[in-house]
Amino acid sequence: MKTIPIADCVWEIPPTEKAGMRVPARIYASEALLAGMDAGVFEQVTNVACLPGIVGAALCMPDGHWGYGFPIGGVAAFRAEDGVISPGGIGFDINCGMRVLRTSLTEAEVRPRLPELVDALFTAVPTGVGARGFVRLGDEDFADVMREGAGWCVRHGYGWPQDLEATEGGGCLPGADPAHVSARALARGREQLGTLGSGNHYLEIQVVPADGVHDAAVARALGIDGPGQILIMLHCGSRGFGHQVGTDYLRRFDGAMRSYDIVVKDRELACAPFRSPEGQAYFAAMTAAANTAFANRQVITHRVREVMGRVFGRDARALGLSLIYDVCHNTAKLERHVVDGVARDLVVHRKGATRSFGPGAPDVPAAYRHLGQPVIVGGSMETGSALLIGTERAMHETFGSTAHGAGRTMSRAQAKKRVWGETLLQDMKRRGIVVRAASKSGVAEEAGFAYKDLAAVVDVLHRLDISRRVVSLRPIGNIKG
Amino acid sequence: MGRYEVLDDVAIADCALEVEGTDLDDLFSTAARALAELMVDPATLTPTLERRIDLEAPALDLLFFDWLSELIGLKDAEGAAFPEVEVHVERGTPCRLRARLVGGPLHGGSTPALRSDPKAVTFHLFRLEPWAGGWRARVVIDT
Repeated sequence: MKTIPIADCVWEIPPTEKAGMRVPARIYASEALLAGMDAGVFEQVTNVACLPGIVGAALCMPDGHWGYGFPIGGVAAFRAEDGVISPGGIGFDINCGMRVLRTSLTEAEVRPRLPELVDALFTAVPTGVGARGFVRLGDEDFADVMREGAGWCVRHGYGWPQDLEATEGGGCLPGADPAHVSARALARGREQLGTLGSGNHYLEIQVVPADGVHDAAVARALGIDGPGQILIMLHCGSRGFGHQVGTDYLRRFDGAMRSYDIVVKDRELACAPFRSPEGQAYFAAMTAAANTAFANRQVITHRVREVMGRVFGRDARALGLSLIYDVCHNTAKLERHVVDGVARDLVVHRKGATRSFGPGAPDVPAAYRHLGQPVIVGGSMETGSALLIGTERAMHETFGSTAHGAGRTMSRAQAKKRVWGETLLQDMKRRGIVVRAASKSGVAEEAGFAYKDLAAVVDVLHRLDISRRVVSLRPIGNIKG
Repeated sequence: MGRYEVLDDVAIADCALEVEGTDLDDLFSTAARALAELMVDPATLTPTLERRIDLEAPALDLLFFDWLSELIGLKDAEGAAFPEVEVHVERGTPCRLRARLVGGPLHGGSTPALRSDPKAVTFHLFRLEPWAGGWRARVVIDT
């Protein structure tokens, strides 16, 4: 497929490359990252470019890789009035996202108690397939969680009011309607609030390395004092509840497309007009799942505060355990962006991509509004993660979007063939990273070599100015499913 | 006896399965076994649970999609996996399925060797077709 360089780290596939493309496809990558992308990325991003109502271009971020429907790292915006909404552009793990908390602890204080802390967190935050949380929800409570998101948690003592200000959308996206959620979704999600899941989901204890601060002024504004400081990062989503919402509507759209004369290149891109009854029902159910994901991360935050307070013998507030930010990376949101000089209401799909709103943009917390939105880019459990800040450039270039992680370079099956989980655990322990996992094979799947070089991905984001490097983080403790 | 294979180089964050069966019953039960083995080492599971499932769908491939989705749903709703499956599939309008499942809890008294947490069945590269006198299917599971 012809890929034309149109600017530094920007590659375009023209609409002439595939029948049915309505707009170009655009991949953001260095030459090396582009060369390493699998064929699925190019096929999938051009499939997305064929969907009705798409504007600008179908985008793929530098962490992009072969997914289902959209590529992972995919971003696409559709006109609200006559465009579509597609579960395959959001993913089943609706509002999978990242959250990072600061602490006033240093590595020197945490290191001696690290095994105890990791064990305590592993006990308090259920992980792995089939795990159940401690929050018991009746039907009415569950409906309130769907409507209120993280706000429900704060109202019930599982968080601090200021957590909501530091969460994308205030931890509650508008438009959720439990009436559009199936009984099956309720059954799957009812006991999973406060659980981590498995795969690449994790709860991590991280430290700011000696050379980790790239923008001291912005770092300070985020509550990061300097090298040696401990941060807590978590990555998870809406669990079985969101997975079932995605399943229900994928199945429904698969049948409904015929009545709207929509033909897609990949059946997983099944979609419906956003303004159709089916499209609106999915949006209401998807938003309910997104709010449940905010609630899930909020309940886990509550557990983290309890555990750290216990382990270090001080109240969580005394430990400075405040939320820096919480970002979504699997959503469709109704946003207003300028396209060809005209402000338009768009349904912006981000699948494995993070919002990166710049200074002054709506929905950026007041404390950060002069800076832009904090962006969390999660790396592998071996290599580390990064905090960045949103930019004005992203608003014009990528519908206010950026990458969400390092991005895989090989399948889980391939990774498991290269290393034993136990071997990797011991090796990481020797390097000072303490891991507790529900599944040892799951550890092997998440080995650092299965991911791209995070620094290379972040470098592209910084060069493109769709988000700016602030702090690099190194893991010292990790719990995972 | 059916067989399945995990495809290494497809949808790399997920799990692509190629499943073959001597007939539809065999295909559906082999796919169920593959899914259970994705979640847990069956040898470490204590088989204390039995469930019966009846499903119908307007097309055979949709019945297959719904079947695997149902098993993934049970994993969350009951916290259990079901590696032992007897299933009978009837083609028609609609297509129907009747199954008996035997399995056990993923957490609790025993300590099953957990593996992945499948989220959903996708339609990406999804196919089900007659093949070599039997049937085969390809399905990508979001993990």
